[in-house]
Amino acid sequence: MSIALETTGLGRRYGSTWALRDCSLVIPQGRVAALVGPNGAGKTTLLQLAVGVSRPSVGRVEVFGWSPHEQPLLVLARVGFVAQDHPLYRGFTVAEMLRMGRKLNPRWDDTVALERLDRLSIPLGQRVGKLSGGQQAQVALVLALAKRPELLLLDEPVAALDPLARREFLQSLMDAVAEGGLTVLLSSHILADLERVCDHLVILSASRVHLAGDIDAITAHHRLVTGPRDTAARIAARHNVVQARHSDRQSTLLVATEQAISDPAWLVEVPSLEEIVLAYLGQPTSTSTQPTRRLEVAS
Amino acid sequence: MFRIDDRSGVPPYQQLVQQVRQALRVGWLEVGDQLPTVRDAVAQLAINPNTVLKAYRELEYEGLIAGRPGQGTFVTKTLADGSVKRHAALRRGLERWFAAAGEAGLDEESIVALFETTRRLRRSKEVA
Repeated sequence: MSIALETTGLGRRYGSTWALRDCSLVIPQGRVAALVGPNGAGKTTLLQLAVGVSRPSVGRVEVFGWSPHEQPLLVLARVGFVAQDHPLYRGFTVAEMLRMGRKLNPRWDDTVALERLDRLSIPLGQRVGKLSGGQQAQVALVLALAKRPELLLLDEPVAALDPLARREFLQSLMDAVAEGGLTVLLSSHILADLERVCDHLVILSASRVHLAGDIDAITAHHRLVTGPRDTAARIAARHNVVQARHSDRQSTLLVATEQAISDPAWLVEVPSLEEIVLAYLGQPTSTSTQPTRRLEVAS
Repeated sequence: MFRIDDRSGVPPYQQLVQQVRQALRVGWLEVGDQLPTVRDAVAQLAINPNTVLKAYRELEYEGLIAGRPGQGTFVTKTLADGSVKRHAALRRGLERWFAAAGEAGLDEESIVALFETTRRLRRSKEVA
């Protein structure tokens, strides 16, 4: 397995506040990974460290084995980055944006860019500022893809888009993945669409990684169990409870487990990815005195 | 031809596998029919290509489909054997049952609940 992105004990502090802490994760090559968490969880910080615009306070980050801030030329040529709100020069025409990309990037592929823009019916002569939000997002993606990156980092790419533009953007992105040779890490606080688009998941909350791994493996290792409240301790003794909800007599537990749950009094179901993500995000974190519960799922 | 339900809780690749199996079972797909290319499925669904590949690998492992280099992926086996002839009679039986359920005052939600609980009960009896 080749590794696109690896972090080890990575942390970034701004003054006395940790924006990201103890972050250790691996994104294998060829994956489409989702970086999920609430606003302020450290998603943008992690992406900025990966692209080298920010330096680690502690720990290491490596992109294809190189440190982005120590060997920026090796890393930057292979990485595409689409920042939040798709920053473009609004006064430039689409053609002028392409010309700028061509001048700045040694591996620039004009054919790729022109084909994609043509398929999207985006006119080259149009000023960027006059394009719709969805079209601006598409132009930002086209520019990032035209540098033929091996790793594409996208910070909240669809957050500001309406459902149709969101779908069209993800179609373009998945089409680029289908061409091969591309690893994607995209941050999002929107859970819809993630399961169809991503095959790898990283859950960040309160500056820490709570769960990271292959999505099918994650789903296979979690169960939603419902049963009598007075026997809930029996389940908790054997399995790792991520989230527990209780009514007067009934308990619903989301558990992370390698073993089958065979207690006849309990109904065992497979949770949706959304239920798993929300359970981890709902965990007590910064105010908790317990160590953060974290599970690495091997793929 | 494919669709993905984001809220079903079933992993997308399994949804694709189930849809092909279902189409094979009721005879909508027959031996020799071509499945969408990965690129077409990706374009249609805005779905991760790895998901389509994983579904096709599983169907191939089950011997239901096979990839022909440079041509695409084709159905090699049907699941409709025999039982499909009896579908019409079973459907008529179901329609009579639906009518009886309607007369008894069951709405669609109650019908689904009754079906699900009965199925679950049968399954737990089989396990026991």
